[in-house]
Amino acid sequence: MDTNAPMNKALLKLEHLSMKFGGLVAIGDLSFEARRGEITALIGPNGAGKTTVFNCITGFYKPTEGMIRFTGKDGEEFLLERMPDFQITAKAKVARTFQNIRLFSGMTVLENLLVAQHNKLMKASGYTILGLLGIGGYRAASAQAIEQAKYWLEKAELTDRADDPAGDLPYGAQRRLEIARAMCTGPELLCLDEPAAGLNPRESLALNTLLNDIKANTGTSILLIEHDMSVVMEISDHIVVLEYGRKISDGDPESVRTDPRVIAAYLGVDDEEVEDVLTEVGDEEIIEDLDAGPDPEHGPAASASMLAGSVSETVEHRDDERVTVSKGASKAAQVEARAAKAASGRTGIAKASTDKASSAKAKGKKADKPAARAVRPAAKATTSATSASKGVSNRLAAPRGNRPDDLTLIKGIGKINEKKLNEHGIFHFDQIAEWKKIDVEAAESYLAFDGRIAREEWVKQARQLGKGKTAKPTTDKQRGGTKS
Amino acid sequence: MQYFIQQLINGLTLGSLYGLIAIGYTMVYGIVGMINFAHGDIFMVGAFIALIVFLILAALFYSVPVVVALLVMMIVAMLFTALYNWVIEKVAYRPLRGSFRLAPLITAIGMSITLSNFVQVTQGPRNKPIPPMISEVYNIYGVSISLKQIVIFVVTAVLLAIFSYLVNKTSLGRAQRACEQDQKMAALLGIDVDRTISITFIIGAALAAVAGTLFLMYYGVVVFSDGFVPGVKAFTAAVLGGIGSIPGAVIGGLLIGLIESLWSAYFSIDYKDVAAFSILAIVLIFLPSGILGRPEVEKV
Amino acid sequence: MTTTVSTERGSVAAPVKRAFREALYAGLISFGMFVLIVGLKTDQNIRNELVLEPRWGLLAIVVALTMFGRFAYVAWLQPFMARQKLADTVTGLMPASVTSRFFRLPYFIAALVIMVALYVVSGSLDGWLGAELAGYARFLRALALIYALASVFYYYRAFIHDHFSALGITVMIVYPVFVVLTLALLTGSMAGGFQGSLKWVDNFGIQILIYVMLAWGLNIVVGLAGLLDLGYVAFYAVGAYAYALLGTHYGLSFWILLPAAGCMAAFWGIILGFPVLRLRGDYLAIVTLAFGEIIRMVLINWRVVTNGSAGISGIPKVSFFGLISFDVSAPNYISKVFDIAQSGAYYKIFLYYLILALALLTAFVTVRLRRMPVGRAWEALREDEIACRSLGINTTTTKLTAFATGAMFGGFAGSFFAARQGFVSPESFVFLESAIILAIVVLGGMGSLVGIAVAAAVMIGGTEILRELDFLKVVFGPDFTPELYRMLLFGVAMVVVMVWKPRGFVSNREPTAFLKERKAVSGSFTKEGHG
Repeated sequence: MDTNAPMNKALLKLEHLSMKFGGLVAIGDLSFEARRGEITALIGPNGAGKTTVFNCITGFYKPTEGMIRFTGKDGEEFLLERMPDFQITAKAKVARTFQNIRLFSGMTVLENLLVAQHNKLMKASGYTILGLLGIGGYRAASAQAIEQAKYWLEKAELTDRADDPAGDLPYGAQRRLEIARAMCTGPELLCLDEPAAGLNPRESLALNTLLNDIKANTGTSILLIEHDMSVVMEISDHIVVLEYGRKISDGDPESVRTDPRVIAAYLGVDDEEVEDVLTEVGDEEIIEDLDAGPDPEHGPAASASMLAGSVSETVEHRDDERVTVSKGASKAAQVEARAAKAASGRTGIAKASTDKASSAKAKGKKADKPAARAVRPAAKATTSATSASKGVSNRLAAPRGNRPDDLTLIKGIGKINEKKLNEHGIFHFDQIAEWKKIDVEAAESYLAFDGRIAREEWVKQARQLGKGKTAKPTTDKQRGGTKS
Repeated sequence: MQYFIQQLINGLTLGSLYGLIAIGYTMVYGIVGMINFAHGDIFMVGAFIALIVFLILAALFYSVPVVVALLVMMIVAMLFTALYNWVIEKVAYRPLRGSFRLAPLITAIGMSITLSNFVQVTQGPRNKPIPPMISEVYNIYGVSISLKQIVIFVVTAVLLAIFSYLVNKTSLGRAQRACEQDQKMAALLGIDVDRTISITFIIGAALAAVAGTLFLMYYGVVVFSDGFVPGVKAFTAAVLGGIGSIPGAVIGGLLIGLIESLWSAYFSIDYKDVAAFSILAIVLIFLPSGILGRPEVEKV
Repeated sequence: MTTTVSTERGSVAAPVKRAFREALYAGLISFGMFVLIVGLKTDQNIRNELVLEPRWGLLAIVVALTMFGRFAYVAWLQPFMARQKLADTVTGLMPASVTSRFFRLPYFIAALVIMVALYVVSGSLDGWLGAELAGYARFLRALALIYALASVFYYYRAFIHDHFSALGITVMIVYPVFVVLTLALLTGSMAGGFQGSLKWVDNFGIQILIYVMLAWGLNIVVGLAGLLDLGYVAFYAVGAYAYALLGTHYGLSFWILLPAAGCMAAFWGIILGFPVLRLRGDYLAIVTLAFGEIIRMVLINWRVVTNGSAGISGIPKVSFFGLISFDVSAPNYISKVFDIAQSGAYYKIFLYYLILALALLTAFVTVRLRRMPVGRAWEALREDEIACRSLGINTTTTKLTAFATGAMFGGFAGSFFAARQGFVSPESFVFLESAIILAIVVLGGMGSLVGIAVAAAVMIGGTEILRELDFLKVVFGPDFTPELYRMLLFGVAMVVVMVWKPRGFVSNREPTAFLKERKAVSGSFTKEGHG
C-alpha cells in the first residue's frame, strides 16, 4: 500500500483484471480506479463487459486474473476477488443493484428495506436468541432500523407505498426501491447496474438528483454502469470507457466526450481506413506475419501479474482455433492507430517497415489474408494527389533498359495482367514495391483488379522479388488454416 | 469372478428396468419441470394390465407361444397405460401448468395415492402370482444367465434404440427439445405445445408399461404397492444421471441396479437401498446437477 | 372451455348437443381406462391359481356415472357458473350467490325441526321403520344437523372471518370439555361422557393436532424459507426414537426428554442440512427424500439398537410434572388423587392439552421468528436468493437455521407421538407421512399458520370421519368397508383441492412490519422458493 498517497482518496482499485470464460475474453487486463466521494461511470457499447466487471467486483464471479483492492474509510484494505459475495457487502460495505430488478416482490416495500439491515439487526437481537426472549436491545434497534428505512423511503419518494408489496410498484418506483434498499446496508461504495434503464427523461432527472444527494450527504461513493448519456455526463466525476473488455478511455466527462476513440467505439470509423491500421492495433495475424511484437505504445501497460505476457499470449488458443477480436472490430483502436500514424511521420516507421519486410513469409499460407500490408508511411498530406482516374503515379513510359521484369513471378499476376500493367506503364518490381495506397487504389480501379492487389499482396511480393530474395517458408508458429 | 459377473448381470437386468422407468421421469421433468410422483404407480398399473392380459390369454387360448404372449401383453399394456397417463395429464397437471411449482408436485402425490389405492380397491390387496412364463437358464463359463434376463436386455436395447431415434431424428423429438428449452417461443413458432407434452407423457407411460410387463415376467408376482419402491429408485436414478437428460436416466438406472445388486451380494441385503440412496447423496454433493445434468446458471 | 351464449337473452343456453358429445367421449375414455381393471377382477381360485372374474355390472355403472357426470357438468354446471358471472340486463345486479340461496331461514328452521324430531323418537325408530329405513333416518338426521351448523356459520361469517385465529384457539381449548359434556348429555352420565369422548379426543383431536404441529414445523422450512424438504418424517422419527430409547433405558421424565429429543432432531437437521443445502430446488427435494428413506431403513435394520421392525414398546406414560400419574398402578394415579371414577380418558385429555400446548408453542415461535431478522431473511431467501446475498446475508447459515428449527419441532412432535402411543415402530415413518405433511402445508397456503391448521383439520379429520360412516353400510351393503376407500378418497381429494386452489386455502401473506397499515400481500406476488 502506498502510504504516501492520501488515505481517503483511492476507494476501489482494479489492477489487471481479467475474466475469461473458456476461450472468450470478457475482460482483458482492465485497470482503473474509483475514488472516494466521486461518482465513477463505466460506459461502453453493448458486450463491452461492464456487468462482468460488476460481477467480479461484487463477488458473483471469480476473476481469472488480477486484483481488486478496496480501501475502507478506516484504511482497512480488502481484496475483493478473494471474498465471497455476501461478505463483500457485509464487511467491505460494497452494495449493488441489478440490471434486471431483483426485489423481494412478495414482501412489502418497508420489509424490503428492513431485510437490507439484516446484519445489524441480527447482532442487536443477539443472533435471535435474546430477541426471542424479549431481552437485549432488539426493540430499540428495530425502531432505529425503521427510522432508517423511513429516511430512505422519503429520499426515494416511496413513503406512500411503504406497505404495498414490492411487486406491485411501477417500474420506476421499483428501480428507486432497489437503490434505497442497497443504501440501507450502509455501504461505502454503491454499484449501480444501469439504474436509468427504462426510465423516462423526468425520472432520469429525479435519479440524477437522488444520486447527487447520495454523493453529497452520505459519504457513499458511486460506481455506475449506464447507457443514458444524459445521466452519465450530468453527474459523473470520472468516466471509464470499455470496449470488448478493454479500457479505451479514462478521465473526466469532457475529455471522454471528445475522445475520438470513444466516438469511434460508439459510432464507428470509415471503411477505407480499416485495413490500414491493423498492425498498430496489434492484430494477431499481422504480428505473427511480420514476426514482431505489437507496437508497445498502443498495447497494454506492463503487467504486474507474473503470468502476463504480450496481449496475444493472454488469449488461449485451441489448435485449430484462433480467438481474436474480429478484424476491424475494435474501432477505437483503429482511430488511435490512425492518429498515431498521423503523428509519427515517415521515418521512424519506415525503418520498422523495412525490417519487417525483410523477414519474408511463404505466400501460399496466406491465400486470403486481408491487407497485410507493411506499414506505409502515409504522409497525411499526400501532395502528389494522383487521382485514381489518372492511374498510378510512378508510371514509366518504357521499361528501363528495355528489359521489363517478369511480373508473372508475382502470384496473382498472369500473362494478361502483366500485359495490362505493361500497357499502363508498370514494368518493374520496384515500381510496384513503391506503390502507395493511392497508387494501389488507382491501379485497382483503373485496371480493374478489384481488390486483388491488396488480397494477394503484390506490393510485398514485388519488394521481395525486387531484392532478389526468394520466399522463405515460415518456421515458427503453426498457422491455422485459411481464415475467413 | 464368476460370482461377480453373475451379480453384474443381475444388476444390469434390474438397472434396465429402472432405466426404462427413469426415462419417463426425466422426460416429463425436462419438458414441464415437474416431478411426476405418480409415475411409479403408472408402472404398477402397467404391470397389472399385463397381468390381466396374460390371464385373458390363458383363459382364451390353450397355449400361446411365449413370444407372442409377451408381445401382446406389452402392446396392450402400453396402450392402456398410455391412456391412463394421458388422462391424468389432462385432468390433473394441465390446469396447473405454469403456476406455482409445488402445486403439480402435490397433485402428483395425490395421483400416486389415488392410483395405488384404486388398484387395491378394485383388484384386492393380495399378491398376484402367475405361473412362470420363461424358465430356461443358460450356463456360460459357470455364469448362469436366464432367458428372462436376455429378454429384458434385448427388449430394453430395442426400445432405447427406437426411442433415441424418435428423440433425435424426428420432428417430434425436435418439438420436444424446443419445448424443453422455451415453451413460449416454441408455441410462437407453431409447435403445438399441449400435444407435444401429451405425447411426452404417453411415451413415458409406454416405456413404464413395458418395464411393468418385464417386471411381471421376471418376478412372476405383482401387488398394488409395487409402484412405490421402484418408482422412488427410478426417480433416484433419473436424478443421479442428471434430471432432464435421457442418457443420464439410463446410466443412472443401470448404476442404481448395479449398486443394489453388488451391495446385496457383497455386503448385506438389508442395507442395499441405503447404499443406493447414500451414493445418490454423495454424487449430488460433488456433482450438484447429477452425472450428465446441465447445471442451471442463473444470470445476474 | 367456452360456453355458448345466446345473444337475445341475458341467460346462457344449455348446450345439450355438445354435452351429449362430450359425455360419449368421456364414456369411451372411461371405458378404455376401466374395462380391464374394474371390469375384470383377479382372484385366486381353490387351486390358488389366479383367475379372472368379470364384473361387467360394476363396469357399466362406473362408465354410466362418468358419462352422466360429464353430461351434467357440460350441460348444467358450466352454464350455471357462467351465468353466475353475468349481471341481469334489467336490474344490473349480479345473481344471488349459491350460498346465499342455499342457506335460507325456512330451510334452517326445517332442519332444526327434523333434527330434534328424529332425536326425540330415535329410540323407537328401529321398531317403526325397520333396521334399514331407520338407518336412512339417522343419516337424514345427521345431514340436518350439519346443515343447521353450516347455516349458523354462514350467518356469522363476517365475524368468524375477522376473528378466526382467536376463535380457532378457543375452539381448540374448549373442544374436549365440549365433547365430554355433550356425550354425557347423550348417554346420561359423566362416566359415559368420558368413555365416549375417548375416541373423539384421541383419534380426532390429538391426531389432528399432531399433524398440525408437524405441518407448522415443516412450514418453517418449506413455507417460510422455500426449501423443498421431502424427508421431514426423518426428524419426526429421530425425535420419537430418541424419546423411546432414552425413556426405556434411562427412565427419564418426559419433561427432560422432550427438549433432549428436540435437540437431537435439530442436531441431525444440521448434519443433514450442511452438505445438501447448496443443492437447488428439485435436487434438494430428492436428497431429503433419500435421507428420509435412509433413516427409515436404518431403523428397520439396525436391530441391535432399534429392535428392527418390532419396534420399541413399553415407553412410560407422561405424568403431570411427576405430581399426578396416569398409570393405573401408580400411587398418585389421578383417580386416587382427585377421588373420581377411573377412566382411560383422563390420560387422553391430558395428552390433548399437552399437544395443544406444544402446537401453540410452535405457532408462537413461528410468529415471533417472522418478526426477527432471521425470519425475514428466510422469507427473503424464498423470494430471491441472489438478492439476499447481495445484501450481505449469509444464505448458507440462514438455510441451516431454517432446517434445524423445523427439525427441532419435528423432534418435539416425535417425542410426543412416542409418549402417546407407548410404542414406536418404523412403520409409522414412511414417505407417505412426509407427503401428507407437505400436502397439508401446501394446501393450507405456504407460510400461513391458520390455513395450515384448517387444512390439517379438513384432511386428517376428513379421513378419520370416514371410519365413522358405518351407517353407510346400510346403503351399500354389509360388505362395504369405508375404510378401504379412505385413502382413495384422500388421494382424490388432494388432487381436486390442488387443482381448484393451486396456491392453497390462504394464499395471502401477512407482512411483519408496517408503516401505516397492515395490508395482506396477495399470493400472486409471493414466490415459492427454489431451495
